[in-house]
Amino acid sequence: MELFELTSHELHALLVKGETSSEEITKSILARIGKVEDRVNAFMTVNVNEALEKARNIDDQVAKGAEIGPLTGIPLAIKDNMCTRGILTTCSSKILRNFVPPYNATTVEMILQAGAIPIGKTNMDEFAMGSSTENSAYKTTKNPWNLSTVPGGSSGGSAAAVAAGEAAMAFGSDTGGSIRQPASFCGVVGMKPTYGRVSRYGLIAFASSLDQIGPLTKDVTDCAIMLNAISGHDKKDSTSVDLPVPDYRKALVDDVKGLKIGIITDLMGEGIDENVKKAVLDAANKLKALGAKVEEVSLPTLKFGVPTYYILATAEASSNLERYDGVKYGHRSDDSPDLLNMYYNTRREGFGPEVKRRIMLGTYALSAGYYDAYYLKAQKVRTLIKQDFDKAFAKFDVLLSPTSPSVAFKIGAKVDDPLSMYLSDIATIPVNLAGIPAISITCGFSDDLPIGLHIMGKAFSEEKLLRVAFTYEQNTEWHKQRAKL
Amino acid sequence: MKYDIVIGLEVHAQLLTQSKIFCGCSTKFGNPPNTNICPVCTGQPGVLPVLNKKVVDFAIKTGLALSSKIAPHTIFARKNYFYPDLPKNYQVSQYELPIASKGHIDITSGGQTRKIGITRVHLEEDAGKLVHQGAAGLRGATSSLVDLNRTGVPLMEIVSEPDIKTPEEARVYMEELRKLLVFLGVCDGNMEEGSLRCDANISLRPEGQKEFGVKAEVKNMNSFKAVERALAAEVKRQTEVLNEGGKIVQETRLFDEASGKTISMRSKEEAHDYRYFPEPDLVPIEIDHKWIDEIKKTIDELPQAKKARYITDMKLPEIDAGILTSDKALAKFFEETVKLFNEPKEISNWLLGDVLAYCNENKRSIADISLTPGSLFEAIKMVKDGTISRKTGKEILFKVIDTGKNIKDLVSESGSTQISDDTEILKFITEAIKDNPGPYQQYKSGKTTVSAFFVGQVMKATKGRANPDVVNRLVKQELDK
Repeated sequence: MELFELTSHELHALLVKGETSSEEITKSILARIGKVEDRVNAFMTVNVNEALEKARNIDDQVAKGAEIGPLTGIPLAIKDNMCTRGILTTCSSKILRNFVPPYNATTVEMILQAGAIPIGKTNMDEFAMGSSTENSAYKTTKNPWNLSTVPGGSSGGSAAAVAAGEAAMAFGSDTGGSIRQPASFCGVVGMKPTYGRVSRYGLIAFASSLDQIGPLTKDVTDCAIMLNAISGHDKKDSTSVDLPVPDYRKALVDDVKGLKIGIITDLMGEGIDENVKKAVLDAANKLKALGAKVEEVSLPTLKFGVPTYYILATAEASSNLERYDGVKYGHRSDDSPDLLNMYYNTRREGFGPEVKRRIMLGTYALSAGYYDAYYLKAQKVRTLIKQDFDKAFAKFDVLLSPTSPSVAFKIGAKVDDPLSMYLSDIATIPVNLAGIPAISITCGFSDDLPIGLHIMGKAFSEEKLLRVAFTYEQNTEWHKQRAKL
Repeated sequence: MKYDIVIGLEVHAQLLTQSKIFCGCSTKFGNPPNTNICPVCTGQPGVLPVLNKKVVDFAIKTGLALSSKIAPHTIFARKNYFYPDLPKNYQVSQYELPIASKGHIDITSGGQTRKIGITRVHLEEDAGKLVHQGAAGLRGATSSLVDLNRTGVPLMEIVSEPDIKTPEEARVYMEELRKLLVFLGVCDGNMEEGSLRCDANISLRPEGQKEFGVKAEVKNMNSFKAVERALAAEVKRQTEVLNEGGKIVQETRLFDEASGKTISMRSKEEAHDYRYFPEPDLVPIEIDHKWIDEIKKTIDELPQAKKARYITDMKLPEIDAGILTSDKALAKFFEETVKLFNEPKEISNWLLGDVLAYCNENKRSIADISLTPGSLFEAIKMVKDGTISRKTGKEILFKVIDTGKNIKDLVSESGSTQISDDTEILKFITEAIKDNPGPYQQYKSGKTTVSAFFVGQVMKATKGRANPDVVNRLVKQELDK
């Protein structure tokens, strides 16, 4: 097998044995990028020189006796909404076409300290708003399993990069499913940690009370490794939680005996592809066969998830995106006669249609006379959804659903139907609203496209999620398949 | 038609913390543009606010001093509007659940003391500064430079109930509030530099009517006097409009120093919709009794209570008490001297007469000069003992301040000890009588007022060092022989 096909823990084993070097790994990844990137379009920026230079530095340090940690020398892709000092960061938007951050996001700093090689910045839906990466203002990323289909979104570039062997692992961000849904479409592992588990400092905000950074990896072990590296309290993020970080690798145990698993019936009904349903039920039966207790459970308020999300997330976004005004950084429209016109022109030119749509929705939901009926009401429904989950977790260790109602759809199939696009997040959105963690792993294929199994746990139960996911993975072969490019 | 005046004031006070409210940048005034900045206060993509605890401490302290209720649970909110001095185009402020509410402050105006209600106290971040190029102000400017040093400086907004009844009361309210904030050490109260700002809402209603009239908002009042002048001008304007049968337009008006009038800012037709919502990047603050008690311990006796105590317990006249309590350092100095020598009025005379005169003339404050309560006590004691004259006492005091030397040393050095010894003084009187036979004859022939001449001669000969009381007694005694 080529180096670019291996997981990070496999690469780590080779590094420790001295059978490869960081430079070799990085070169393999860069060569792979050279071969497939013009078809996949996963990256906004590839940091060829910086990556090789860092790789050589790492090899020098290792030669001098430095410890080889789990991330040392591992090429890692970073979603383009995470600030990287000195490296263009665009959020795949025209309004940040020339923005070079003066600082690193905390999680970027953490993986750099751990010796990872930042290979490049990945394409995404503009400002993380979308479920297909088709909302990027620059390019359309293709799903490596079938280049005429979408990779999912908004972390489509990161998911595709991992699936195509263009990075050993990648950062994504998840506000309504933006790590998990592309993970399911691209046949990789994607996890959204508990809200507050991972620092948001340096993540360019979409919806502050919903956003989280998380891993996109080839297998569950790599997911645990990355989670170890990025979790923890950050003084710079007031919403990050000051709780100890366990060693998530210790959760990688092949044993689900006695665990109580609930299949959410509300997410297995109308609108879900038959093949997807079947794959999820097969996965549940597999876990049952391995000793878990599997039952059905209903969370009736989940049906309000999507409308609740599209009020709260857009409201917060309408405020978070006010800073893009052409005054301080990013695009500024030329030749405006006065300040007001500069604001209008800059934002009109700089934002794409989906971003504008959401800013308008959010502004409306917060406006005088509508705040109570929309924003306040949505916050109350959010509490009800959380309570439904709390009730369920009193009975069950984890909950299951499909990650997405379908497999990857054709490029262009939903661009003219925003509501249909929004509904592809029906299973993932409630998780963000409740602030709980969830992971997506591959549980089958339909038309040669991956199907994602969505596993949810209560707050700070990442260990349980990893255990269930690891057990399933160890007893199936899906994760060993690679997209043919 | 007679009208009642209804005034409410909104005061913004910059808090005296070292760092800004949501980041570690310095709040120091006067640095070169865009040097007290960081990614957080310049609103870079991806940054997050972190609350400065001292800011909350100061707000609790102020709330307690204003006898208000401290919220057990308080939250921040975003106030959204676009302007280049506001990097995020929203200001993090408070809307629902402000940190303090339902308080009051006493003011004395027209001989009466009244309570003015405080509706709320809340925290927010300041915006930056725009420096317009090519013109004196915004009108006609070709461009504007943005200085973000001030963005994120902590502000405390104090909103009064519409309880203020006259422009003079408004000024007194500002002065009392300022005194309080400076006393607490939370603000330096400098209106001219902008660390204390005031906006007013003012309306008129027919005498006795319960419903409020339409109010106008008045801004750009940059001194206490300006507050009084602006509101007086507004009362005049609104009275004229109403008397002519017109209606007051709800609008914002700017005070113009030069003309003494308020001018309409009619550029905005619609009111802003700020779309307030709770700030999702900050967690709610829970304030328990333990925290409140800790802050209570840091509050010294407040100026108004102190003033009342000086009047009642120390029997000081109101004027003295007022001046002494207007400055924390002065009050402290006074109280420490009283501890050494329990004659408050005497000490007050020295402080307000001599020491403050020195400070004012040399443009220094009592905290800056090298005078201690001990030295002042020594000076007063020496005069009381008769060791030096009152006049000398004042001079010596100034010398103590100038040189920092010990008062006893200075007195012996200058040889300015008072001569109180009868024998000594008699020598000078005898000399004076001998040298002035004419006036002596005048006295003997009945013109007793001439004794003053001899007193003057003795004082001249002793260079003012003779104890005046002793001289007076002995001159009379010798002349009457």
